[in-house]
Amino acid sequence: MDHSVGIVTAQRAQFDTPLTFRSGAVLPRYELVYETYGTLNADHSNAILICHALSGHHHVAGIYADEPKNVGWWDNMVGPGKPIDTNKFFVIGLNNLGGCHGSTGPSSIDPLTGQPYGASFPVITVEDWVNSQARLADLLGIAQFAAVIGGSLGGMQALQWSLAYPDRVRHVLAIASAPRLTAQNIAFNDVARNAILTDPDFHGGNYYQHGVVPTRGLRLARMLGHITYLSDDAMADKFGRELRAEKFNYNYEIEFEIESYLRYQGDKFASYFDANTYLLMTKALDYFDPAHDFGGDLNRAFARAKAGFLVISFTTDWRFSPQRSREIVQPLLHNRRKVSYAEITSAHGHDSFLMPHPHYFDVARAYLNNVARECGS
Amino acid sequence: MSRSDIEKLAAERPDFAAIAAWIPKGASVLDLGCGDGSLLRYLKETRSVRGYGVEINDLDIVSCIANGVNVIQNDLDSGLSDFEDGSFDFVILSQTLQATRHTEAIIKEMLRVGREGIVSFPNFGHWKNRLDVLTGNMPVSRELPYQWYNTPNVHLCTLHDFEDFCRRCAVSITARSVMNGEHEVGLLPNLLGSTAVYRFQRGL
Repeated sequence: MDHSVGIVTAQRAQFDTPLTFRSGAVLPRYELVYETYGTLNADHSNAILICHALSGHHHVAGIYADEPKNVGWWDNMVGPGKPIDTNKFFVIGLNNLGGCHGSTGPSSIDPLTGQPYGASFPVITVEDWVNSQARLADLLGIAQFAAVIGGSLGGMQALQWSLAYPDRVRHVLAIASAPRLTAQNIAFNDVARNAILTDPDFHGGNYYQHGVVPTRGLRLARMLGHITYLSDDAMADKFGRELRAEKFNYNYEIEFEIESYLRYQGDKFASYFDANTYLLMTKALDYFDPAHDFGGDLNRAFARAKAGFLVISFTTDWRFSPQRSREIVQPLLHNRRKVSYAEITSAHGHDSFLMPHPHYFDVARAYLNNVARECGS
Repeated sequence: MSRSDIEKLAAERPDFAAIAAWIPKGASVLDLGCGDGSLLRYLKETRSVRGYGVEINDLDIVSCIANGVNVIQNDLDSGLSDFEDGSFDFVILSQTLQATRHTEAIIKEMLRVGREGIVSFPNFGHWKNRLDVLTGNMPVSRELPYQWYNTPNVHLCTLHDFEDFCRRCAVSITARSVMNGEHEVGLLPNLLGSTAVYRFQRGL
């Protein structure tokens, strides 16, 4: 594979200092799985943290020796010579706390009970994630990140880094993100959660003990989410009104190609993703609002930030629309922070942030080249 | 940015030096239609300004970012709603006025967001342009390098036109600098000047 970081290995970090969540809940100990690419320089100044979105994880780039087809979720962006250039940066991807890819989450065994945490896993916020990520940074000897980068929910974490740890992050790249969700966006999340919560196999979140998985709910949640990640035009281009058969069957079986696609995506997702994690991730999205403690005033909330910011949005993204990204830019302008904003013309809706769009990559590369120069890479 | 880069820029864009002459050190500046960020870099080097550019063109956005210039991608004709009232000392529209659609609205927005405005534009009243029209062709020159069929310039004007416009819009002109190439023009500016630079504020 050209320009790939090649074979990578996931690593595991154990934390024995209790972590107090924003909710007041305490997690006595936890593990985070992570991967790193590239080399940390002598003064530890070239580290980049990649924060993942709703369904992401620590496997950002490269492949596994025993799974050559398991390519990292942002492999087009991260690698040697790529916009996030592993020849220049030491890049870290992790699976967030509450996740289902190896970090401590609802499906992990609670050492106190010997049972999966299930419903007892604390509801987690973006703030809690960033605090746990800061501990991982401590462990890896990174006092300050050259950049923290994320798309969507990952972008919220990157923003939170600049607010919670203003001296520990020099640059933030917030892509297809928002400073806080709108009512419409929360509403989509709630429908997704309701699909899971009302699945008879959910068992109040303790389905592991019942040997079942709320597959129907999770599948519906993903199908709904998937619709909102694509644009109307992209769906029309890809599927139109194409039928699988030549004529209407006048029944409720799969007829239109879009139905087939969504069900396939839903089934695939439900086969590996944990429903409790999905609930947690959507709640983290809903709760995030840096202005919450500042009377709703984002200008005051962002006064703490010291980083330079690159904010990127995509024209056809309606789940995290360009207007939401402008709401990140405005308080940064108000506080006279270094900020650039690019609105990428793309047909692919919210999913654009994961696509190899040449102009999008040029923007990211131009910004990160300067970041690399700053840290002497 | 090296000394020779600055000199090169100043030679290519004589309006830069005229603009810089009006800007005190450390001022805050918003450059509308900032292109690749050259003016902001020039002002950063020569006047230590703090500033942002606004630009719509994708390639220019990449150039600005590569040049370390803060740039906000936006269409000027959709307004400056990202920017708060009185948030800049100067709002500059350099060689862009003639390509805006809602010219009056932009001048008003400039004076909402900035305490003062600066515009530079090619003077359509320059004798060479007049001569071109007199002999039957649309002018093409260093300042107006486009053919009639591919020009982005939709609102060309003369010095007289701009000054009339300001009077009508209650905009008060506080300084004017007219140039022919790199040289300041004193006599018959509307005839001999190829580029005009104006400094203005809200009229009383």
